[in-house]
Amino acid sequence: MAWLRARPRLALLLLAALLIALPFLVGAGLGRSWVRVLDFVLIYALLAIGLNIVVGYAGLLDLGYIAFYALGAYLYAWLASPHFGLHLPFWAVLPLGAALAGLFGVLLGAPTLRLRGDYLAIVTLGFGEIIRIFMNNLNAPFNLTNGPQGMNLIDPVSVGGLAFEGQRQFLGLTVTGLHLYYYLFLAFTLLAIGVAMRLQDSRIGRAWAALREDEVAAAAMGINTRNVKLLAFAMGAMFGGLAGGLFAAFQGFISPESFNLWESILVLCMIVLGGMGNIPGVILGAVLLTVIPEALRYLGDLQRATLGHVAVDPSDLRMLLFGLSLVAMMLWRPAGLWPSRQRKREFASEDEHADLYDARA
Amino acid sequence: MPTSTMPAPECLLSVEGVCKRFGGLAALEDVTLSVNEGEIFGLIGPNGAGKTTLFNCMTGLYSVTSGAVRLAGEAVQNRKPHEVVKRGFARTFQNIRLFANMTALENVMVGRHVRSHATVIGAILRCRRTREEETAIRARAHELMEYVGLGHKVRALAGHLAYGEQRRLEIARALATNPKLLALDEPVAGMNPAERQQMADLFRRLREDGRTLLLIEHDVKLVMGLCDRVAVLDYGRKIAEGAPAEVRKDPAVIAAYLGGAT
Amino acid sequence: MDIFTQQLINGLVVGSVYALVALGYTMVYGILELINFAHGEVTMIGAMVALMVIGALLGVAPDMPGLMVFAGGLLVAVPACMALGFAIEKIAYRPLRHAPRLAPLITAIGVSIVLQNLAMLIWGRQYISFPPLLPQGRHEFLGAHVTDTQIIIFVTALIVMAGLWLLVERTRLGRAMRATAQSREVAQLMGVNVDRVIAATFIIGSGLAALAGVLVSAYYGLAHYYMGFMLGLKAFSAAVLGGIGNIAGAMLGGLLLGVIEALGAGYIGDLTGGFLGSHYQDVFAFFVLILVLVLRPSGLLGERVANRA
Repeated sequence: MAWLRARPRLALLLLAALLIALPFLVGAGLGRSWVRVLDFVLIYALLAIGLNIVVGYAGLLDLGYIAFYALGAYLYAWLASPHFGLHLPFWAVLPLGAALAGLFGVLLGAPTLRLRGDYLAIVTLGFGEIIRIFMNNLNAPFNLTNGPQGMNLIDPVSVGGLAFEGQRQFLGLTVTGLHLYYYLFLAFTLLAIGVAMRLQDSRIGRAWAALREDEVAAAAMGINTRNVKLLAFAMGAMFGGLAGGLFAAFQGFISPESFNLWESILVLCMIVLGGMGNIPGVILGAVLLTVIPEALRYLGDLQRATLGHVAVDPSDLRMLLFGLSLVAMMLWRPAGLWPSRQRKREFASEDEHADLYDARA
Repeated sequence: MPTSTMPAPECLLSVEGVCKRFGGLAALEDVTLSVNEGEIFGLIGPNGAGKTTLFNCMTGLYSVTSGAVRLAGEAVQNRKPHEVVKRGFARTFQNIRLFANMTALENVMVGRHVRSHATVIGAILRCRRTREEETAIRARAHELMEYVGLGHKVRALAGHLAYGEQRRLEIARALATNPKLLALDEPVAGMNPAERQQMADLFRRLREDGRTLLLIEHDVKLVMGLCDRVAVLDYGRKIAEGAPAEVRKDPAVIAAYLGGAT
Repeated sequence: MDIFTQQLINGLVVGSVYALVALGYTMVYGILELINFAHGEVTMIGAMVALMVIGALLGVAPDMPGLMVFAGGLLVAVPACMALGFAIEKIAYRPLRHAPRLAPLITAIGVSIVLQNLAMLIWGRQYISFPPLLPQGRHEFLGAHVTDTQIIIFVTALIVMAGLWLLVERTRLGRAMRATAQSREVAQLMGVNVDRVIAATFIIGSGLAALAGVLVSAYYGLAHYYMGFMLGLKAFSAAVLGGIGNIAGAMLGGLLLGVIEALGAGYIGDLTGGFLGSHYQDVFAFFVLILVLVLRPSGLLGERVANRA
């Protein structure tokens, strides 16, 4: 490791090579279904990076984040499927989805952001449910969402006449739609990482951090706390909307069930588990929480092999484990598995120095 | 410092008949005072006299019930805190409120927020103007850290600094907003005599460099030795205003501090 | 039949249950300034435990009078949930009392998920029907129907709320709770055992939640591992409507929200020209919540809480 660290260029090159080869390595080693898992890892990474701006940077707890994902996905389905007979190209629809989600973020945030953080949590939680209720019921009087059945036959992404479906041979490798989506998602994820990191290390990122630390002091330093919060909220929502559009194109099918509360919680778990505020940690969280449930499926196979039947459905265990891990992380490792230096200090110093402030106040 | 030999001083901050009520309780009644450009103005008074309340009314943390606060002629009462800062009124807090988990330098850099302009797009694209602005912010923050004597502590976490250093850092952070008026809420509370002396030196240096200071203090001795003019609050009313030597002799002030009747 | 009166009555009955749950939110918030996300799940656990006991009782003594079986279920469910509330506070919240604000909120969500999924593992994914144990008689009243079940639920809720009111206003514990809500530090200095007061608050709130859970599933004749989520969200909205931290406010807010929801569901079709139907009933609580937060964040009876950082 030290040898690599001394050669950052080479390390970067190796990483790039690994990322390019990854779907083929995974496909060859574990089977094609794992390439699909890989694609989902990237979608969730995108979501987690977006939510991290809201929760990790600005310290606002958003529990309805998946609603923005849903908005992006539904907009994609409306504009690129037989539902309304519209077939706009993905590069036109994705920005629209992000913008729509961002707009909703502002609309939802504006009335609540001047209140305490926990109100925001509950309002966003409600908002997530409301969006789902509307998606479930807006098949009448005119059919907007096709109700609980969801919408299908959504156009796949297609770049210069190359549709991301089927399979073709290229340099002796079988390249499927799954592989192409992988590269597309990878590009968006890298872009998101760049955007998030640059924002964090800017005047705006500092304002978010100040806000998270002490809202009154931030205002007294000339920060317009309302606008800065709204900005974080809208930025996060836009990432959500973008990811939603990608998801719709990738799946070809969406239904309200994909956007329930648990998805919001899942993304939150990713950033809490990985390390709030720290991009590498957040990505680690996305990888772990996407891969672990897949791996848990083998637990079902194991039960079938040993007991002859499935006693405990592993997918039922999944959320239980996530819930336990949320509690356990907060109690014992609040900064996450891979914390940013700052967060680590924050959680560690809270107790040591509390008395100091109290005594002097 | 005798002001009579100087040209008529420019009035920077004027508080005009400010009243503040919390429910039925009058915390400030008809307070009027003015701070001149380039002076150190002291606001003193016994505990609970309404000093911090007045401070919060001036800096936008509280709305005023009636009256006006003007900074360089512009009304700032009932404005949001960040708008007051933008108009050139920076403050520190009685019970230090730093961003404890950011480094000392980052704290000061946050103070530059209101004097910088990079937008989201600028920050994402990191265009030349953003980079130059960022460099300027950093340079200014370093400069201010040096100014308050914390040049060696730029990388320390604000929360890990010693108490006196935290006070200085708060001042540097406030200075970073380019204030016309710097208001300090009990900046030497809890300090030993040597530290107090150092702070007094810092305040004099600020005045020499043309800053205007508004000082809320408990420590009458420090205020009398340092301030050009002083106002005394008692039970939410101003009972005296003037040069320290005059105020010190004022019977109402003596009564307020000794707790006797006038 | 008079739809207005009917919906008003239905709303008051459901609202009295919201009020019971809202009390738990408001008491905990008053003292700890924490939204106890797991509170809704406690109502669900209450209903599930009661159903288990009721099933067992009916198995052993099928001839037992319905009301006694019902009381038996309550007698186990309420203490069980009190113990659960105590455990939640002790394990999940107490260690984080001085942690950054986000930490206990996240733990609360974690606890909520754990309870919900444990319930799913134990009692299954399907709806469980609640046997008709309460008297089912129907009465004509001002052109509407009132059932005995409705009367029992409403009266029980009112009696319990009156009891709580007396507890808070007249007893030593109540005084300690009010003092702690004013200022934890000062109460501590005055010799109040703050830890014990907080534990008591969770225990009382969870007991009320259990009662509410049993009543609501008896009313609808159903219980489900997911029922706590919506009930919790609505009760929280009710607490905000009344003014969070305010006990009378929670009671008022609960009743009011129940009525708003019932009338809203009854008239939404007319109001929107048939565009939206009564399956949007669950949306009302949320809109009430947003409206209150925008127009009067302190709620109907509360003090200002906005920006109290």
